[in-house]
Amino acid sequence: MPKKPPAPPTELSFEKAFAELESIVARLESGELSLDESLALFERGQALAAQCNGLLEAADLKVKQLSPGGELEELENFDSEES
Amino acid sequence: MNEAWTVSALNRYIRTALETDYRLKDLVVAGEISNISRPASGHLYFTLKDQSATLRCVMWKGQAARLVYRPRDGDRVQAHGAIGVYEAGGQYQLYADWIQADGQGDLFRQFTALKAKLEAEGLFDPARKRPIPAQPRRLAIVTSPTGAALRDIIHVIRRRWPVLDVILCPTPVQGDDAPPQIVDAIAAANSLKPDVIIVARGGGSIEDLWAFNDEGVVRAVAASDAPVISGVGHETDFTLADFAADLRAPTPSAAAELATPDRADRLADLRGLTERLAGALQSVVRERRWALAERTAALRGLSPRAQLANSRQRLDDLTLRAATTLRHHLEISRHRVGGLHHRLAALNPLAILQRGYAVVTRAGTTEVVRSPNQVAPGEQLDVRVSEGQFTVSVDPPQRHEGSKVHKE
Repeated sequence: MPKKPPAPPTELSFEKAFAELESIVARLESGELSLDESLALFERGQALAAQCNGLLEAADLKVKQLSPGGELEELENFDSEES
Repeated sequence: MNEAWTVSALNRYIRTALETDYRLKDLVVAGEISNISRPASGHLYFTLKDQSATLRCVMWKGQAARLVYRPRDGDRVQAHGAIGVYEAGGQYQLYADWIQADGQGDLFRQFTALKAKLEAEGLFDPARKRPIPAQPRRLAIVTSPTGAALRDIIHVIRRRWPVLDVILCPTPVQGDDAPPQIVDAIAAANSLKPDVIIVARGGGSIEDLWAFNDEGVVRAVAASDAPVISGVGHETDFTLADFAADLRAPTPSAAAELATPDRADRLADLRGLTERLAGALQSVVRERRWALAERTAALRGLSPRAQLANSRQRLDDLTLRAATTLRHHLEISRHRVGGLHHRLAALNPLAILQRGYAVVTRAGTTEVVRSPNQVAPGEQLDVRVSEGQFTVSVDPPQRHEGSKVHKE
């Protein structure tokens, strides 16, 4: 287990959450952990999976634009669903 | 004397005369550029000259922006256009719509020459190509903020991978001014540390796409820190930037497809991971349960209570065996005593007397008389019978038939 407290899954990006979920599954499958650790990892894994799912299901693409001053500005109303 | 022309009328007449001459409508003129100026209007003004003459030229903003080549004073060029009259100045001039540097050859020759040069440098070497990350976190798009390419790209990303962090690095993508700005935009994109960069432009003429054959742009694509996907023009268009890119996509939309995973695939992956997660925990718990059962059984065997119970049982066991043995011995002894008693009873001389026998002793002694020779006539003998004793005297001897007692 890492020393620093892990970030709440709801604050993680899809990639981070997905990568952590992958590593958690691998560690759990190694079967070398205590029961407590396994349970903690399982719970975190579930939260991570929920986060990934939520992000993918509910995501609305946000596009930013790099301004000449080097700042990132939200690109408003771009391609807002032309369906 | 004829009536005087007005200046305006004359100039208009000359203009009409010149502009209706078909040979002056579509011509190429060769010369050297001088006095070039680019006012804020975007139009291009210059003079073409040779050793003995000059020709005023103008190129409107629209055409000037499409120029791949950036004309400078002293350049020998060929200009294409039509002759017209600027009535206010009373000057005829060439309205140019295309200029290319003379002697440098046409675009295709430039293209092939630069391609050969960069190829020789190894810029297009397949070994230099980097893989495109399967699951990018941040994507930078180098393209025009107003073009169809951006719209297409974003449309695809919104459908496939909306969690992507998308940043547009805007730049003009055509015209002489475009290449240095594309180079800057690629540099700016890299400063954002994206996982992948898309360099894109929608379809157009070969001239429209020419900025992507600019040496600086091609080198910037090749030198990019982040892997570059190029999506320039349509499927049949190949630019040198395409050759330098890590991955060439036939269109901007295709570039977006190649840059992003599909949401549906990832959701399926996610389901797989979730199942593995649950399975892994189950097997951990199952293993623990087995281990626990095993240990519990072992513990039960090792417990002092078990040992105690064991000892107690042994004690019971021994006690039982001892009792049995004892009882057995007792039984045997009792039998033996009974037997001895019988034998003893059988040996009791008094018992014999009861059956009618008598014991004869010399009177006053315990000497048992067993033979006639022991006694003399007249001798007193004690006779003991079952219920008492009396004394008799011996008669003279008298032999019994069959008696072996007497021998003389």
